[in-house]
Amino acid sequence: MPTLEEQRFDELIAADARVEPRDWMPEGYRKTLVRQISQHAHSEIIGMQPEANWISRAPSLKRKAILMAKVQDEAGHGLYLYSAAQTLGTPRDEMFQALVDGTAKYSSIFNYPTLTWADMGAIGWLVDGAAICNQVPLCRASYGPYGRAMVRICKEESFHQRQGFEILLELMNGTDAQKAMAQDAVDRWYAPSLMMFGPPDGDSPNSQQSMAWNIKRFSNDDLRQRFVDMLVPQAEALGVTLPDPDLRFNEQTGHYDYGQLDWDEFHEVLAGRGPCNGQRLAHRRKAFEDGAWVREAAAAYARTQAQLEKVAS
Amino acid sequence: MTTFDHGDIQLDELALDDEIVRRAGVATADVAEYALWLGDDALVLAQQLGWWISRAPELEEDIALGNIALDLLGHARSLLSYAGSASGRTEDDLAYWRGERDFRSSQLVEQPNGDYAHTIVRQLAAAVSMYELYSRLQSSGDATLAAIAAKAVKEVAYHREHCVEWFRRLALGTDESRRRLEIALDHVWPYVGDLFRDEPLIDRLEGIAVRPSSLRPAFDAVIDALAAETGIVFPAADTARGGGRRGWHTEYLSLLLAEMQVLAREHPGATW
Repeated sequence: MPTLEEQRFDELIAADARVEPRDWMPEGYRKTLVRQISQHAHSEIIGMQPEANWISRAPSLKRKAILMAKVQDEAGHGLYLYSAAQTLGTPRDEMFQALVDGTAKYSSIFNYPTLTWADMGAIGWLVDGAAICNQVPLCRASYGPYGRAMVRICKEESFHQRQGFEILLELMNGTDAQKAMAQDAVDRWYAPSLMMFGPPDGDSPNSQQSMAWNIKRFSNDDLRQRFVDMLVPQAEALGVTLPDPDLRFNEQTGHYDYGQLDWDEFHEVLAGRGPCNGQRLAHRRKAFEDGAWVREAAAAYARTQAQLEKVAS
Repeated sequence: MTTFDHGDIQLDELALDDEIVRRAGVATADVAEYALWLGDDALVLAQQLGWWISRAPELEEDIALGNIALDLLGHARSLLSYAGSASGRTEDDLAYWRGERDFRSSQLVEQPNGDYAHTIVRQLAAAVSMYELYSRLQSSGDATLAAIAAKAVKEVAYHREHCVEWFRRLALGTDESRRRLEIALDHVWPYVGDLFRDEPLIDRLEGIAVRPSSLRPAFDAVIDALAAETGIVFPAADTARGGGRRGWHTEYLSLLLAEMQVLAREHPGATW
């Protein structure tokens, strides 16, 4: 016999309603959410680095301003998400410490290097594009604070994707060197962006339960297919070639068929052996450690001020 | 289940707002030179603060410093675009295709980020002086400079608040933060004097430019109050030879520009 609390939770899920922080929830539901939301937050924070790499060298002041605003948005997304996860009882410091210690996971895409300016375009178009496909359905996730955080994030992500597309469009309308730069970036980011949706459905152990709980709404392969279908006409508009010789329209299914992805590479990068895993973690750790004395000073000052106010009152 | 509409790109929605002040007219050579003083200060400082994004002591500071850098970049774009009107050059021509000796930024803003204390001390001098400057420049006889100043002063008021608050935290926080703050003051403060040097150009811009030396009393009043409140002793704010406004810089500016300009200069004539 389910308890009253369990019945109430099941009713909420069955009615496709929101679960709020004050509601009872199964431990597995809570754990799944903390894992997913904190990983998403970590991805935003680590994801600042590949783009921050080009802020100082952005080739025009307008592009510099847009890129700064975008990387700053990512810090903001990290904050919203840590706040959403905190409502489930896990403190931000604890999640952040796990990231710095290297025990927390984040999206493997950010362990690839940004080698040219065109990578700013490819990341916006492909990586943020894939992120939007993943995240728009999360706006309806059953856990209220997560869904609401995602609404804000998705609005900004769609601006990020547009600016990426615009960077590539400008390059493809430019000199031969700029066109080559754009195609090279698309060649490098295309397959990793498709892998952002996670392993094929048959190989994704947590998906079924997440879908039953209305956290996840579509399967990894469904989202990936939707993304590929969206990319093809956009690639044509840009004039870039998507690096997949097997990519072609299937009249029967009405979708684009695409070639095999290198899942060995995906698992290797996820396991810590990507091109930039060590670098990304060291960067985050150095910022955290170098800032320790500043945070201590701020905390000490806040304590003294609180003390003074107490004495005064 | 039909809806997850997303990611569809409308080409006609691609234009992004610039948030820069459009000039009302064409600058004279002298006004253009003065606009470079202010525009180069803002640009160099924005370039420096941008480095902190992904490296700040807290996520909130990644965001705060990023905001300040963005505001400054907006000021720089308005001012450089106006300066360029005198010679048919764009903001990017001026930012990316001038050498170090043609930059008119003060020696203060090119001093390195160092640790957080160095950045806060540099920011304190810059934001307090900019606030006084833009407050007065709002009534400039030059309509474009006045409009740029009116927008900038509101933003710089927040920048000033941000670094004054951090100055207090570092001065009164821990022994370590106070020690680092004092080292930073020793390194950075001698370059503050460069902000207040009058050059012959100013004599030719009566009623249009703000005389730098006239800002000194208001600047000193803010700093003296902070010194009294925190017990921090500020070192002398002068070096024997400043001269950023004449293109005499310290060793740091040319490296900063090399990084900022490298990509644009690899592709002459390209648009981005």
